[in-house]
Amino acid sequence: MGMNGHSQKTVLAPDSRKGANVRHAADLRRGETLRPFPKPQLAELMGATRDAGAAGFALAQIPAGKPVLWVQDRMCAEEMGRPYGQGLERFGADRHKLIAVCASDAAGVLWAMEEGLKCSALAAVIGEIWGDPAALDFTATKRLAMRSERTGIQVFLIRFAAGSSLSAARSRWRVTSSISAPHPYDPQAPGVPRWRAELFRARDSRPGLWEAGYDAKAHRLDLSSPLRDPALEEPPLRYSRAG
Amino acid sequence: MIHGVNAIAAKLGMKRGARVTDMRALVPAIRVEDAEEGEDEKDLARLSHWARRWCPWTRTDDSDGLLLDTTGSDHLWGGEEAMLDDMARAFAAAGLTIRAAVAPTTGAAWALARYAAKPRSMCTEDDLAEMLALLPVAALRIDARTVVLLERLGLKSVGAVADVPRAALVRRFRRDNALSANPVLRLDQAMGRLAEPLMAEEPPPLLRAMRRLAEPIGELESVRFVLAELTGDVVRRMQERGAGARRLRLTGFRVSGGVSTVEVATSRGSRETAHLTKLFDGKLETLDPGFGFEVMTLDVLVHEELDGIQKELTGEDVKDVELFCLIDRLNTRFGPAAVTRPVARGSHIPERAEILAPARAQDAAEPVMIGRKLQRPLRLLRQPEEVRVLYSLPDGPPAQFVWRRKTHRIDKSEGPERIAPEWWREKSTARLRDYYRIEDSEGRRYWIFRQGLPGDGRGGLPLWFIHGLDA
Repeated sequence: MGMNGHSQKTVLAPDSRKGANVRHAADLRRGETLRPFPKPQLAELMGATRDAGAAGFALAQIPAGKPVLWVQDRMCAEEMGRPYGQGLERFGADRHKLIAVCASDAAGVLWAMEEGLKCSALAAVIGEIWGDPAALDFTATKRLAMRSERTGIQVFLIRFAAGSSLSAARSRWRVTSSISAPHPYDPQAPGVPRWRAELFRARDSRPGLWEAGYDAKAHRLDLSSPLRDPALEEPPLRYSRAG
Repeated sequence: MIHGVNAIAAKLGMKRGARVTDMRALVPAIRVEDAEEGEDEKDLARLSHWARRWCPWTRTDDSDGLLLDTTGSDHLWGGEEAMLDDMARAFAAAGLTIRAAVAPTTGAAWALARYAAKPRSMCTEDDLAEMLALLPVAALRIDARTVVLLERLGLKSVGAVADVPRAALVRRFRRDNALSANPVLRLDQAMGRLAEPLMAEEPPPLLRAMRRLAEPIGELESVRFVLAELTGDVVRRMQERGAGARRLRLTGFRVSGGVSTVEVATSRGSRETAHLTKLFDGKLETLDPGFGFEVMTLDVLVHEELDGIQKELTGEDVKDVELFCLIDRLNTRFGPAAVTRPVARGSHIPERAEILAPARAQDAAEPVMIGRKLQRPLRLLRQPEEVRVLYSLPDGPPAQFVWRRKTHRIDKSEGPERIAPEWWREKSTARLRDYYRIEDSEGRRYWIFRQGLPGDGRGGLPLWFIHGLDA
């Protein structure tokens, strides 16, 4: 499968979707749905420091209410904070089913992630690694990618302050927060979160840039072309085929 | 045969181990009572438990002594001297006279209690050498043969042994590995130069599987093989009892004497051979076989009731068990403090409302939350970090803040959500918190709060803190 260049609005959901779940039927008629993760695999999210957007982007794609293993190295825990269960519940997660691990270094994080992949009860594994540690090499990512595909557990490797080192991740994204949707009752308040998600390397779909939004009611991630500024309005395929 | 003598008899020259007829020949008037084999040990063990009134750690020491670790307990009795007084009084009330000593090391306490001139002695680290110097060499806890040897060498007191150049002593006793035959090691123990771990008496293990090995083993592979067999035994017996292991200890007994152990724990009772064996992965390397183990045991130290698990058609129960297995494996590598799950507590202060508690602990009852869902951030910083904020006095919303030396312009904000201090827990000067959910010009969302209000009488101008990052 691949992304159709003409699609302007695409819908992405982790579980099987029904027609009722899709918001923009008209858009779908024009294009097709994008499912970057047709089956569970390793996705690498390049997050920004001082920005928790990447974690939200990942949580929005994990089936709601399923057990999740969340591993951080010490630096991520200090700099970016620990997961907060009550906040997680806004993204459909069940905090009673979260296992939060703080490892001292990247090698520990990778070990814990691999252990998590042996446990079929988990719906997803989130690993956070700071910088470019030597332990996180191509082989390590390859192991995660292969195990993830074999066991059917989605893996998100979130990296902060990282260079673009070699990686065997099936898809690699750059995710940052972007201006939230307008709040329905209070124009001054932040609304539903949105993220700017750039897929810069993928094995089975084309790179592209999207505006991602989270629909809490349906627990669904919506991807749409990021063009808000009419001055920049150009055929959308420029972005979707930019890679 | 004489098993024991009282103080007066000892003065008359009666000796332990001598024949009754010989002693009768010396002093015809002695009174002889029949000894009851084993009763003394039992009495001493009972006394040892009774002595836990002074400190939580006691044990019997040889056949005639009690060892108490009073570190941190003496102040409860008003100091060491007062504690010794109280002990003497309590034992006297029980009809016993004691010789007691307080010293920084086990060896020194042993020596002073038995050989000091006074029935009660106290010794600090500074006068340790001085007090021990006067005692006879037998005070070093060495066997009779070594005592005779030292006396033949002209070394009659501990001080004399200590004065001999160390190299010469070490050379003389280099072949004596046993502690009781080596005065150098014993002296080091008494002086605190050599660690002497205290081994408490433990309740016997609930279940024990043992393998005596035809040949000593040392390789990891063989140990792993034996472990698998032992686990199989233990699991079979736990099945009969309907129990599951919570804590296991593998012990290897070395050919050369001494033991080496590893312990593992599970987050809930388990009797799956594969799981239990796997917990020892990476820990077996820490076993030190020396010249090889000749006996290995696997003890179940703690177990709990575990009924036969009905495997449901949906497989849900099986998955639960798998999750606990994962927690166990993570625990063995990272320690229980690093493997956590969020637990709600009865509080409104965010860092207290939910804490990351060890995942191993049994699920504690959570307080029932009534009311609307709170807008909480996805990530909470370990400590709120102070930020400099531009805002309109006295309590306007924030307009701009500087965090970690970078300026964020705030475009959207929602709040305040006021959380009052918990006066029953905090100091009276604790200030309220006004939380704001904010979004900066680049769309990054944060959770910041102002601590206090200007003029609330609890400090100067309020400070601002960033507490969470939100997706």
